[in-house]
Amino acid sequence: MTLQDIIAGLNLKVLTSLRNFNAVTPQGGYASDLLSCVVAGAQPGNLWITLQAHMNVVAVASLREVSAVIITENAQPGPEVVEKANDQGVVLLSTERPSYEIVGKLWEMGVR
Amino acid sequence: MSDTIQELYGRKGRNITDRDAQEITRVEELAYDLKISDVMTRDVKSLTPADTMRAVVALLRQNRISGAPVMEENSLVGVISQEDLMRALADDDRDAPIHKYMTRNVITVKSYEPVVKALETFARTRVGRLPVVDENENLVGMITKGDITRGVLTAIRRDYQEEEIRRYRASHLFEDIISDRTSLILRYKIKQGDFVNGGQASSHIKRALLRLGAPPQLARQCGIAVYEAEMNLIIHSTNGGVLRVQVEPHRILMQTSDDGPGIPDVKQALTPGWSTASPLARSMGFGAGMGLVNIQRCVDKMELDSTVGKGTKLLMEIHLRPDEKFKAPPGASETPSV
Repeated sequence: MTLQDIIAGLNLKVLTSLRNFNAVTPQGGYASDLLSCVVAGAQPGNLWITLQAHMNVVAVASLREVSAVIITENAQPGPEVVEKANDQGVVLLSTERPSYEIVGKLWEMGVR
Repeated sequence: MSDTIQELYGRKGRNITDRDAQEITRVEELAYDLKISDVMTRDVKSLTPADTMRAVVALLRQNRISGAPVMEENSLVGVISQEDLMRALADDDRDAPIHKYMTRNVITVKSYEPVVKALETFARTRVGRLPVVDENENLVGMITKGDITRGVLTAIRRDYQEEEIRRYRASHLFEDIISDRTSLILRYKIKQGDFVNGGQASSHIKRALLRLGAPPQLARQCGIAVYEAEMNLIIHSTNGGVLRVQVEPHRILMQTSDDGPGIPDVKQALTPGWSTASPLARSMGFGAGMGLVNIQRCVDKMELDSTVGKGTKLLMEIHLRPDEKFKAPPGASETPSV
């Protein structure tokens, strides 16, 4: 299951620069809004599902080398956050749906 | 990439699909960065209007090109291309002068314009090659879609090589400098409340370690430890503090120090889930009470020394295992060619 399939399947909005998402295959995921828990629990290549949308999300995503961040409930990162994410090669995706639903759908799609 | 840039930009009036869009974006960036003069062919083979179509055949064949500018007394008067040549061949008119078949309304691009300008011109006019002129309208080169593809690929390779060279230079630091004990010290000032730049120092340290040839897993461990220590200064200190990383061939020492407020109960501070983070910090997802616990997981030794009213010192140490040597990346045993 590529990141492109996930973006299409969950109808996610891509906030950062477009790139070849077919080449990225996320390995499992981690859901939390507490940054230190993500630092401890997320594995490189995971999808990270959160409703946080501020600058430090980029730092943690880059630190843990997650494949993409799915920002839920339509939380909107500012343009400086998106710029920083592009700088650091972090993919930010957005949805209006809540984390619970997104995690459920990802599990159903086989991202485990 | 499934389509070449040529194909993506070359089809006039074609709708760009989402899939195309995501594939061209990174290349597009380069299309704005690179100048036409960076990618054009400078060694231009030209002909004169009085030359025959036979001369065109010879020139195109010898140089494996698809067209050439036609010059008369140093000024550009036309372009002759394979398509023009085919019309002459169809008429069995090889001995005709070039001016009979050449394209006279020459569209040119300027050498100092970005490559994207040439791409737009190719898309708009459907021509395959464009003469390039300087600010005084003098011919200085020719550009084709192939030149652009090559230029973009070269630029991408150059970016990659620059990082390789940085890596190469840094990774030999410990081998090239001989001393009884070599260490590299990195210092970062961390401002209190600076959430916007939070994580910057740890990101720089992680990259520095990778360039020094540290194994990725080790760089990640240090990244986590330093990130948590950095955020502690941002969230909890009174006036910010200093982060100091000492890299040695056998160990990495990381240390933060601040001048207050100090931790009243160090043992409590080390309890998983315990936090004194402000409501603001908590609203941003800090204050999980896992910071120090995360550090402990990543380092071999952690010491927390704090006095209320004086300040806090946090010392973290990672010992490199025998298999965790700093080493040059594979293929970097010789200076990479530029």
